[in-house]
Amino acid sequence: MSDISPALETFSQEVDELLTAMEDALLGLEAAPDDADCINSIFRAMHTIKGSSGLFGFDDIVSFTHQVETVLDKVRNGERSIDSELIAVLLACKDHTAQIVQHVLFNEDEPLPEELQQQSQMLIAGLTGQSAAAAGVPSTQEEKADHFEVDPNTTDSSDNWVISLAFKPDALRNGMDPLSFIRYLQTLGKIVEAIITMPELLNFEDVNPQSCYLSFKIIFNSGCDKKTIEDVFEFAEDDCNIHILPPNSRQEHYLQLLDNLPEDQVKRLGEMLVEIGALTEKEVMRTLHEQWDDANDEPKPLGEMLLEKNILQQPVIEQALKKQESVKQKVNKESNYIRVDAAKLGYLINLVGELVISGAAMRLMVDKHGLSDVDDVASTMSHLVEDIRDTALQLRMVQIGETFTRFQRVVHDVSKELGKQIQLQITGGESELDKTVVEKINDPLTHLVRNSLDHGIETPAERLRAGKPEKGTIQLNAYHDSGRIVIQISDDGKGLDPDRIFAKAVAKGLIKPDQMLSKSEIYHLIFEPGLSTKEEANNLSGRGVGMDVVKRNIEALRGTVSVDSELGQGTVVTIHLPLTLAIIDGFMVEAQKERYIIPLSMVEECVEMSSEEWQIDDVQHYVNLRGQVLPYLRLGDFFHKNKKHTHTQRESLVVVRFGEAKAGFVVDELHGENQTVIKPLGKLFENLNGIGGATVLGSGDVALILDVQGLIQYARKRVNPTLALSSGI
Amino acid sequence: MTAKAKKNDGILQLSIKDDMTIYNAEALKETLLGYCRPDTRELQLDLSAVAEIDSAGLQLLLLLKAEAQRRGFILRLLRHSEAVIEVFELLKLGMYFGDPIVIPANWKKS
Repeated sequence: MSDISPALETFSQEVDELLTAMEDALLGLEAAPDDADCINSIFRAMHTIKGSSGLFGFDDIVSFTHQVETVLDKVRNGERSIDSELIAVLLACKDHTAQIVQHVLFNEDEPLPEELQQQSQMLIAGLTGQSAAAAGVPSTQEEKADHFEVDPNTTDSSDNWVISLAFKPDALRNGMDPLSFIRYLQTLGKIVEAIITMPELLNFEDVNPQSCYLSFKIIFNSGCDKKTIEDVFEFAEDDCNIHILPPNSRQEHYLQLLDNLPEDQVKRLGEMLVEIGALTEKEVMRTLHEQWDDANDEPKPLGEMLLEKNILQQPVIEQALKKQESVKQKVNKESNYIRVDAAKLGYLINLVGELVISGAAMRLMVDKHGLSDVDDVASTMSHLVEDIRDTALQLRMVQIGETFTRFQRVVHDVSKELGKQIQLQITGGESELDKTVVEKINDPLTHLVRNSLDHGIETPAERLRAGKPEKGTIQLNAYHDSGRIVIQISDDGKGLDPDRIFAKAVAKGLIKPDQMLSKSEIYHLIFEPGLSTKEEANNLSGRGVGMDVVKRNIEALRGTVSVDSELGQGTVVTIHLPLTLAIIDGFMVEAQKERYIIPLSMVEECVEMSSEEWQIDDVQHYVNLRGQVLPYLRLGDFFHKNKKHTHTQRESLVVVRFGEAKAGFVVDELHGENQTVIKPLGKLFENLNGIGGATVLGSGDVALILDVQGLIQYARKRVNPTLALSSGI
Repeated sequence: MTAKAKKNDGILQLSIKDDMTIYNAEALKETLLGYCRPDTRELQLDLSAVAEIDSAGLQLLLLLKAEAQRRGFILRLLRHSEAVIEVFELLKLGMYFGDPIVIPANWKKS
């Protein structure tokens, strides 16, 4: 979107967000068709898009969204009920809106292509159930307001304005004639009743006939708005107290208008009421003046004064106050977010990384020169650096829930397409992980969900035959586990058939027929290129490309994927991912004068490597750790296979854990905690076994970050060779 | 004099021969006050000659009605002129004064 102006970019972003919200709400409606919040949010999406498009003069969008909005308004008012058919059309409308928006954004001056126009008309026809040609184009907000207008012929006695006129004594002398105003008022509507009041106990003798003692209360029936009525008395203003109380039907009208007020900024109560026409500017000014005059004590709030003076009915004021409060909260919430360019954030994270390294360098120098007075300052600073690091990383953390909810649509669409009944359950959506990880996990996740939809869940008939509920369930779950996030995609479908996978793998030449494989190893074969148990490919899956790509994508994120299944019961795919790709808390160890970093979250414990205590088996490479068989690996030996060396010093055993698997690393020295800025290895070293990255130490030396998971696997394989897969897999 | 009076047995008849507007309200009030005597039992006002009536005039009528109630005599309005009828119609005052209003056959406003 580099070729469009910033305003349009904002517009496009806004539209995106609104459409996403609309989709969520539509899918929510499927479960709860009467959810007013959902309906409102759909309506708001269309309404706002229409409004913003009008701002830019995108008439095509305006005319389309207006139609949708009209239908939604009916739904909102209960004139039309929501059913799955309407939801389907509305979903299509949502997609179509996105298309038109894309079109006008990039081909601003070109008219809408024929095919889009036709689609518009079809959708509108589908929505309204009538020919699209009959539908007109909206223009302004006034039009909308008009259709709430009270019928001027209404004669319902409760449906009247109440106009109170209290003339001041000098009114007549100033040339006012109250009667002439009332005569003029008659041209605007019907005077139902007039009540004239005078002060009681007025002695005829003492009366000054040139003074005015009259007050009028006029019950007036009219379809005019408040401003027009007030204007009748415009010239009397100085000599008369005028109150105009709207009729009850107006009150509902005002409530509705209040509801529809845009929520973009906090307004004063008076402004809001003037905007909806419940108050006129003059009334506000007058009331505010009085408020000012009363200021000797606590001035009363405007709403209370309006109520006291009987200018407006209580419900309207209450509603306005409520609205004001909600807008306030919304604006507050909005202003708490700042959109930041992801590149800037990335730069910040990089700088923080460098800061961590140079902080470590300073620490080193302080220790080296034994500067005890600098020591305190240095520790304070390293604490701060740690805080900065955590906060900076936190900036990039986003909840995975949003990614998950996108699959509602996928599940909805695909299950329709396949004629299956499937529901998606989401749990743990609040788990946070790095934005870059979230972005990259989207494709693999889509693939896995589609797999479940297509292969996993059976058709309703098959499910009933298998004694399962007709409706299949797919679950997306996320949770944190020792510094990593675990994402599970599970379904209650037919599960994986190990025999078929085995046969297929043999046919593809991936394994030999006589090879003995455990169940989980067979399941793992589905991640091999070219293996699909689906006989016929369709447009969703089954072409045998994909699972290997899924695996590769996840491994590129330093994550792992595993699958477990029970034939006839369902399948669970589990993905382990690191929370962040930038900086970790590391544990530094040394072996053969080489320094290594183990992610701290994976370190279980450190013990002394003493043969008396642990019954070390030097041939099979395992120790007996308090009754547990623990495979171990000498890091020195592993990375320097050709060097001969003796283990003279006291060695330590670092016990690490990944998931359920544990292993021990034998090292010469423990250096303790270290903030590790992960630097990717160059292309040349990408495929090194057992190394996941590198980091620069404060001294300028390079330390290697261990790929703990790979090393654990290697260590376990050595202990029990029957577990090992052939090297081809 | 703007009004003519006949007196008969505590019943006073008064014809108002002038407009009932703010310009002569003062004088009119004095005249009317003059008829509010302790021995007045009934005051009949002939309004047929009132070509114009404004708020001040109307106010006088209203005040007089209140005064009559206070003093306990009867105020009757007779032969309302078109101008008076128009105002009474406008403010639905016919009931308040309670006098029969005769609408002339040739009344232009109808």
